[in-house]
Amino acid sequence: MIVGTPLPHESAALHVTGAALFTDDLVGRTRDVLHAHPVQAPHAHARIVRLDPAPAYDVPGVVRVLTGDDVPGVNDAGVRHDEPLFPTEVMFHGHAVCWVLAESLEAARLGAAAVEVDYEPLPSIVDLRDAIAAESYQGNRLLLESGDVEAGLDAAVHVFEGETEMAGQEHFYLETQASLAHVDESGQIFVQCSTQHPTETQEIVAHVLGLHSHDVTVQCLRMGGGFGGKEMQPHGYAAIAALGATLTGRPVRVRLTRAQDVTMTGKRHGFHATWRVGFDADGRLVALDTALTSDGGWSLDLSEPVLSRALCHVDNAYWIPNVRAVGRVARTNKTSQTAFRGFGGPQGMLVVEDVLGRCAPLLGIAADELRRRNFYADGQATPYGQPVRHPERIERAWQQVTESGELARRTAEVAAFNEASPHRKRGLAITPVKFGISFNFTSFNQAGALVLVYKDGSVLINHGGTEMGQGLHTKMLQVAASTLGVPLAKVRLAPTRTDKVPNTSATAASSGTDLNGAAVKDACEQILERLAGVPGDTWEARVHRAYLDRIQLFAAGYYKTDGLHWDPGAMRGNPFKYFAYGVAASEVEVDGFTGSYVVRRVDVVQDVGDSLSPLVDLGQVEGGFVQGVGWLTLEDLRWDGRDGRLATQSASTYKLPSLSEMPEVFNVALLEDATETGAVYGSKAVGEPPLMLAFSVREALRQAAAAFGPPGTSVELASPATPEAVFWAVERARERSLSWTG
Amino acid sequence: MEPDTVIVNGAPRPLGAPPHTTALDWLRGQGFTGAKEGCAEGECGACTVLLARPGADTPTEWTALNSCLLPAAALDGQEVVTAEGLGTPEALHPVQHEMAVRGGSQCGYCTPGFVCSMAAEYYRADRVQLNGSNGFDTHALSGNLCRCTGYRPILDAARALGQPDLDDFLAARRHQPPPPTPSSRPGLAEVLRLLADEPDALVTAGCTDTGVEANLRGARPPRLVPVDHLPELRELRSTPEYVEVGAALTLTEIERRLDGAVPLLEQVLPQFASRPIRNAATVGGNLGTASPIGDLPPALLALDATVLLVSAEGEREVPLTAYFTGYRQTVRRPGELIRAVRVPLPVARTAAFHKIAKRRFDDISSVAVGFALDVDGGIVTRAAIGLGGVAATPLRATATEAALVGQPWTDETVRAAAAVLATEGTPLDDHRASASYRSAMLGQALLRLHAEVTA
Repeated sequence: MIVGTPLPHESAALHVTGAALFTDDLVGRTRDVLHAHPVQAPHAHARIVRLDPAPAYDVPGVVRVLTGDDVPGVNDAGVRHDEPLFPTEVMFHGHAVCWVLAESLEAARLGAAAVEVDYEPLPSIVDLRDAIAAESYQGNRLLLESGDVEAGLDAAVHVFEGETEMAGQEHFYLETQASLAHVDESGQIFVQCSTQHPTETQEIVAHVLGLHSHDVTVQCLRMGGGFGGKEMQPHGYAAIAALGATLTGRPVRVRLTRAQDVTMTGKRHGFHATWRVGFDADGRLVALDTALTSDGGWSLDLSEPVLSRALCHVDNAYWIPNVRAVGRVARTNKTSQTAFRGFGGPQGMLVVEDVLGRCAPLLGIAADELRRRNFYADGQATPYGQPVRHPERIERAWQQVTESGELARRTAEVAAFNEASPHRKRGLAITPVKFGISFNFTSFNQAGALVLVYKDGSVLINHGGTEMGQGLHTKMLQVAASTLGVPLAKVRLAPTRTDKVPNTSATAASSGTDLNGAAVKDACEQILERLAGVPGDTWEARVHRAYLDRIQLFAAGYYKTDGLHWDPGAMRGNPFKYFAYGVAASEVEVDGFTGSYVVRRVDVVQDVGDSLSPLVDLGQVEGGFVQGVGWLTLEDLRWDGRDGRLATQSASTYKLPSLSEMPEVFNVALLEDATETGAVYGSKAVGEPPLMLAFSVREALRQAAAAFGPPGTSVELASPATPEAVFWAVERARERSLSWTG
Repeated sequence: MEPDTVIVNGAPRPLGAPPHTTALDWLRGQGFTGAKEGCAEGECGACTVLLARPGADTPTEWTALNSCLLPAAALDGQEVVTAEGLGTPEALHPVQHEMAVRGGSQCGYCTPGFVCSMAAEYYRADRVQLNGSNGFDTHALSGNLCRCTGYRPILDAARALGQPDLDDFLAARRHQPPPPTPSSRPGLAEVLRLLADEPDALVTAGCTDTGVEANLRGARPPRLVPVDHLPELRELRSTPEYVEVGAALTLTEIERRLDGAVPLLEQVLPQFASRPIRNAATVGGNLGTASPIGDLPPALLALDATVLLVSAEGEREVPLTAYFTGYRQTVRRPGELIRAVRVPLPVARTAAFHKIAKRRFDDISSVAVGFALDVDGGIVTRAAIGLGGVAATPLRATATEAALVGQPWTDETVRAAAAVLATEGTPLDDHRASASYRSAMLGQALLRLHAEVTA
């Protein structure tokens, strides 16, 4: 069986030799390309009073300035029709108001600088707290309710309340947004695009150009990282390229510089939450009343579904009989925040982990014990009414981490170290993850594939999913080879194109393998069924015989996830096919002089079902974890409150985890005996859930900071927990020590 | 070699790049699209390529550089190797093989850059295998960012590497002389004449700052005057009275050649940016830009260093304390060139460099403190403290020094002096840190030094 074999990424040999082509690598292979550069507004909010492109044409090399007047179809880059491609009102600092096309990028840049724009500045709201105070909201208010929160809080023995704030996160895919469009020899618009959602890119290009979907083909070779940032964000840039190509008759390249990408594209939503929580005498959660407000930026984008998933994850792995979770999307004059690995799940879960981390010392219960005591048990359902299947896997993974990570011994060692060390303190924390798999919106849970078997027995597969590094194509090759019973070398995978498989969903929500894998398998099984009884000693002989016997050797596969239903108004239903579980324990050491820290050791057990591709899955777990650590500790988006300019718009000011943040010891295991019936080859989704294992690092930092104070110190820790944030947490703990001893 | 020619992956090519073209854009235009732009400021390393440079242990070294910062013109006469030149999908280079089979690539965008950085370390002549370790210094990869893997498989790949085969042509190339400086490059006298005639000409030595200005802020200086190649600026001299470091020596070269002479500098250099940046950045560049957040000035201030400025009229020596005059302003006159910095000997016996930043390596300091102290018989006899990140210029913490000198090296003295240190400078709030954190970090730096020295 080829599924289950640890294989390197299908393009690994191309990656390491520089031979793997990305969208912008095609520019040098294309003749007469025009380069696009935006004119970005220097105001957080303003009306455009006058826009004069004429001076740009005086710059040598400038060919065309694209403005709203050029749009033959709908001037909109989104699906909610609240994102004008060419705005008349600037909604955030850096908003592109028009685009200049030129023979070189340098000429386009100079042309953009020459365009004259007069703005009338308007009042703006940049900070999320200011938006809440001003009741600046967009979209629907969401309410998730189960049980009776007031009665639960009244009956609780301990009630605490607080606020939790968390920053967003820049995707910082290494490859910035890129599109290359031309009108092909048949008159069709062909767009090469780094997109997670080729179908939606196609639809938006079509509506901007006033065309039908069959007039536009979008191809995604591969992406240099996506993480959700290429689910909605590429569409507008693809539309600019396509519009330019139709108007000039030449190929047009849009490739954002890093600064343009960071200042124009959406990010993970920052959230603000208030909460009241009730525990019984044993520390069991009895009620949680919380209000979550996400910072949506200037337009809705995916903010409502993100918020919906956040509310559906405020329970994480814990059973809370009475819940009221209210959600709002704030409108601010920032980039329009969007999908990012976890899609609101991490933000919802951070709330309850923050609650438990802060309340454990106040309850006098060790944080790990408090968490464990509240795990879901068989027969219990989430606040939105979905029974939690396989909750014992949380306990099983927890046990495995506890044992393989030698937590009992190390907890004692940490205590002894802290006793002896005045200036450096350690923390060791263990946290669980329960993450719902499927798109909340039921209709998206479908996929298609096209499998072609040629007369010589070679196989070409197409499917609707896109490759962004997550190893989807590797898994699809494995599924096809395993199902057909042919060697891997017989199967080739063609780049994702909208003219091969139509009406696809975004490669998102960790569902790429579940959906497309099942569709590929379906197509392969159709072919196998037709081949049944065809004689021949080898695959090649049978295929050839089948051709001569006039048997169809290609098939369209299709899959839809059964058993899903969701009432978005009532926030109730069974939105998820299953839950993915994981547990991580992390140990950190904090320097009391500076607040800087190192992650000494991480132990992870992740439930990926029966792994289709263990090396790929290991990579997803490790990579997701480190990306989560980045969000929670290092990556610090800062907007200038005065003019709304993003102050951290480059790699030198927005710091990603580098090699130096690697845990010194990093052990990852996949949960054994974890077959997921009903999913492709018993596997489970792995893209998003591991990101949230990083809560263990944040909780370890909280405990290390608390160790600078007296026993029972409850630490409030900002997110991200930068060295500065940890230093202030340490200082507050030390102040408690002073007042406690004095 | 013909003028205006570059050898890329073993084959000569005419350079012919328009002005202000980066080496990265030129290479990509030539079809070498393995090198990628990820940030255009030398932070992410996706653009990393190898250049044949003069070596320390072999005549030539394969040096990893950020091609996004390097002007294409600087490639004139050079030998470049890109990921495409190391191996092919059918015949992978050992570095490429380890990266591929261990899951070192996911999306693959950063991968060619990682491969080049890893290859540079693979070919480092003084990398020795010892006690089961292959001697791979993982800091060689500190200038490469990966958003997908979390780095573990990349580290595993690095640690699995052996030594180059005997028939490895890139290994063999190290034993031949480096590419000569093109004869078209002006000598020192001509450079000084040029600077005197054209006061607006911009001197470059490493381009790690001018490259960023060009890529991110559209700076297009009419005239660049590279001085990296001038032999007069590339000496490292030790006398009984001082150590003199040539302005055009790269930080990597200084690291290799200081040989314990100035321990404080040896503490700074590993914390200074990434390996590819240190392979390009120079002392002269760091002092020439006079950024208040450069990492060398706080250390050099603590070392009582002087700057040697040369012009057509001759040379003068300026104490570093008198060198900085304002935000990115110095006493350097038009027509003057930094030739070297001089560190007087003997240096203080207690030296420490505290860099406060969000990320442990390859980050810009929010605060940097250089300490140089002597304690004799329990009394502080000498104290020099250089600060960065707390004012418009790097500065000396003179009030703190006064609070220390002549005092017993005790908790009490240190606490009092730390309180003074926390009030030095005029730190600001910005995206790197708050003013109050910066001030706190100044005080904490002295407390930490005392705790570490007396521990």
